[in-house]
Amino acid sequence: MVPDDPASPILTVSGLLKTFPSPAGRETALNGISFDLAPGSVTGLIGPDGAGKTTLMRLLAGLFIPDSGSIAVMGHDPASDPLSVQGTIGYMPQKFGLYEDLTVQENLDLYADLHSLPSEGRRLRYASLLSMTGLGPFTGRLAGNLSGGMKQKLGLACTLVHRPPLLLLDEPTVGVDPVSRRELWAILKQLVADEGSTLFVSTAYLDEAERCDKILILYNGEILGSGPPEMFRREVSGRSFRATSPGQSLRALEPQFYRLPGIVDSVLQGNTLRLVSESTAPPDPPPGAGQIQLEPVPARFEDAFMVRVLERASGIDRSRETPTLYDSAPRNGNREGETAISVHDLTKRFGAFIAVDRVAFSVLRGEVFGLLGANGAGKTTTFRMLAGLLPPDEGVLTLDGMDMRRSPAYARQRLGYMAQKFSLYTHLTVRQNLVFYSSAYGLSGVRQKERVQRVARAFDLESFFETQSGLLPQGFRQRLALAAALMHEPPILLLDEPTSGMDPLARREFWRVIDSLAVLGVTVMVTTHFMEEAEYCDRLVILDRGRILAVGNPAEIKARVAGPDLPNPTLEDAFVTLLSGAAAPAGSAR
Amino acid sequence: MNRIKRILRLAQKEFLTLLADRKSRMTVIVPPLIQLLVFSFAATFELNNIPYAVWNEDPGLHSRQLLARFSGSPNFHLVGTVRHEEEVAPLIDSRTVLLVLHVPRDFSRDLLLHRPATVQAIVDGRESNTAMILLGYVRTIVMDYGAGYLSDSGSTPPLAPIVLRAWYNPNLKSRWFIVPGLVGVITLVISLLVTALSVSREREEGTFDQLLVTPLEPFDILMGKIIPGFVIGILEATVIVLFATLVFHVPLRGSLAALYLGLFLFILSGLGVGLMISSVVTTQQQGLLGAFLFMVPAIILSGFATPIQNMPKIIQDLTLLDPLRYVLVILRQVFLKGAGVGDLWSQYGPLALIGSVTMVLAALFFRRRLG
Repeated sequence: MVPDDPASPILTVSGLLKTFPSPAGRETALNGISFDLAPGSVTGLIGPDGAGKTTLMRLLAGLFIPDSGSIAVMGHDPASDPLSVQGTIGYMPQKFGLYEDLTVQENLDLYADLHSLPSEGRRLRYASLLSMTGLGPFTGRLAGNLSGGMKQKLGLACTLVHRPPLLLLDEPTVGVDPVSRRELWAILKQLVADEGSTLFVSTAYLDEAERCDKILILYNGEILGSGPPEMFRREVSGRSFRATSPGQSLRALEPQFYRLPGIVDSVLQGNTLRLVSESTAPPDPPPGAGQIQLEPVPARFEDAFMVRVLERASGIDRSRETPTLYDSAPRNGNREGETAISVHDLTKRFGAFIAVDRVAFSVLRGEVFGLLGANGAGKTTTFRMLAGLLPPDEGVLTLDGMDMRRSPAYARQRLGYMAQKFSLYTHLTVRQNLVFYSSAYGLSGVRQKERVQRVARAFDLESFFETQSGLLPQGFRQRLALAAALMHEPPILLLDEPTSGMDPLARREFWRVIDSLAVLGVTVMVTTHFMEEAEYCDRLVILDRGRILAVGNPAEIKARVAGPDLPNPTLEDAFVTLLSGAAAPAGSAR
Repeated sequence: MNRIKRILRLAQKEFLTLLADRKSRMTVIVPPLIQLLVFSFAATFELNNIPYAVWNEDPGLHSRQLLARFSGSPNFHLVGTVRHEEEVAPLIDSRTVLLVLHVPRDFSRDLLLHRPATVQAIVDGRESNTAMILLGYVRTIVMDYGAGYLSDSGSTPPLAPIVLRAWYNPNLKSRWFIVPGLVGVITLVISLLVTALSVSREREEGTFDQLLVTPLEPFDILMGKIIPGFVIGILEATVIVLFATLVFHVPLRGSLAALYLGLFLFILSGLGVGLMISSVVTTQQQGLLGAFLFMVPAIILSGFATPIQNMPKIIQDLTLLDPLRYVLVILRQVFLKGAGVGDLWSQYGPLALIGSVTMVLAALFFRRRLG
């Protein structure tokens, strides 16, 4: 089936166009894209949510028919001959169809039967797949009882059961914690080395791009660039810098850096600021910034991505001030520097399982505090207890000095909460949502009108006032969710994976708003799967199996794992090392 | 004061979401109307256009006169004639006719000789209920003819005939019995669905968490769910009452106060059960299932179609828990008998009890789920 000539592409796409009907006419998902895949390579399809990644994958697998353009998968056209394409390739959709009430082994058997795999070869194939994915000890376990990362591995094993020469993986690492993500990538690499498979992997994580042989950047249905990761890094080499100011956080100064002429991108990393400049000359710090040290840092793929996206996205007004959302700094009786959130011996059990085990930490006023952990580490449980959505079994939880359990209504009035999933009323208009949530927090009359106007203006939502919120574009939905959480000017803000699925541009804009609130004195507590986002935090805790594994600022946590073989660890390195160290009985961190 | 404002905002939001979403708007409006129309036209115990065949061996005048009474009745529809006994079975087996009327050769002669004359009715007994009703019709026509013949021929009619007077429903129209009952059944469906689905919909969409992190108290949220349920329940009940009186011409003889007091208490228990289901389930599908799990037995045990007196004792006791049982009595009493508030305390009492118990339970369930 595989073409004999090793250089001839295994997959060719040219002029692919796909549109979908939408309330406002037809929406273009893929706008005339062309590329091909060389056999035996790993190609990454990188782009934010809504870029068209899943549409492209489904077209390649023969699940959609293109409007125009052509696809050849090993000589077959998936549109006219979907069965022979689907019989040869392996396609793993974002939500793979595992049967949760079957065991790991039964799922494998089922997929082997579906591909009518002869029974002689099965035992060997299973053995190699199980050892590759590390699922060997769990063959008797129900698929529904596997962790998120293990489910993805099983999905991968089921996809691989018939040795497909070409593998299409649609966001296999979404919702998977960094440790499992690394393991999945290791499996994929091994697959290419052992079996010579060709992989086409889509992802929204920019850092995963560096693991691919070749990258396709998909943005708004168009290809913004393709080539090996080094090519992209070379484009921006020498243009990345780190700004440090001894003894102070650059959070408050970030907007000024961002508006400097010649700055393409600026991102907080702990106390420091990472800058991408238009040229290799180091930028001049903004006037009145005090003592700033600038040092060059190696370029990343993300820098090149931002440069390309910004070239494309016209009309970004950099002079625009980050809107002021609060009338004044949040009023509370506490003085600067006092504790906003304090947690003591917090414990939560579900039956015999201890989800959160005597967790204790405190968050200072105006701090951006991160809550990290692998899937099932107790992150969500802790967060839900903080939000008052889940009663703790033991322990004390104080918000602004008030016991959460004794005065829940008071505590809730002090909280703004933004859920991971868009959770406003999709059938209500933007205005109706804002009015409803502000009245839920006790706003009424002139004051309410004023707040609705002001917040809507700050988030550019005025033109959508009468639009049903379910019909808003993705980026505006997230703005609306944040707007609704800020109506009552809460001094404490809880954000549960707030930027998942956000475009990197939108993510920076979102964090600029969060930073401005933190500078004003709002306390922000955030959970995230994006390690780069964890770098935006002043301090963070890493949870593991219900206990605290590490607390500190990003630099401190990185320093804990730095060593001869890892002189400059990233936060992700630190996270993975700490977690795997904790897993080994000898190196227990507690 | 502030609290009332918050609750009203919640209720307003509930209305907006219910009416802005095409799907939920349809669930609230369309099925009840279809149910009303279909049930009222379809659910009747009367037989019309009964297909029948005649096997007349009597050449005389009386057989023709008797058979003319059948063919002239709107209840019967002549489809064929039979000449031999062998032709009878195929007609009944194929369900071409439900009845074969056999008039024997000497029917007219026996009558003229003042001897007892017989007519044979062969009936399809596979649907026993239909067969019984049908035989009643046949008997009435034949007896009537016999009595008419006797008085015409100057003989004394049989002694002590039964004089039938059906009070409150003189023509024993089954629609008069069914349509008032439908007011209760459809109101139950609506009040259950509105509440059983509302919390689970919010859970599915994640808005419930967003609601719980606000300073709103569980009681406020509960009230915000109950008010729209009441308004929609009362509105739909009113629409059906109007249909019953204006379209189906069912008399509404009693007081509106008695009717609405009953409906109010009944909707209270419907909403209570709906909210209990709602606070236990996590998805809309489970909510729908739960609602039907309650609805079907509630309708069967209510006496809506089959009399409670016919049920075994233990089941009869069980019906005492069914709110629909009481509201059906109230509806039928008010519609047909002209009952007022004073006549119905024996029904209001248990209904109020069930309503308050389910409401309290719903509130407890709700609180427990929230911790």
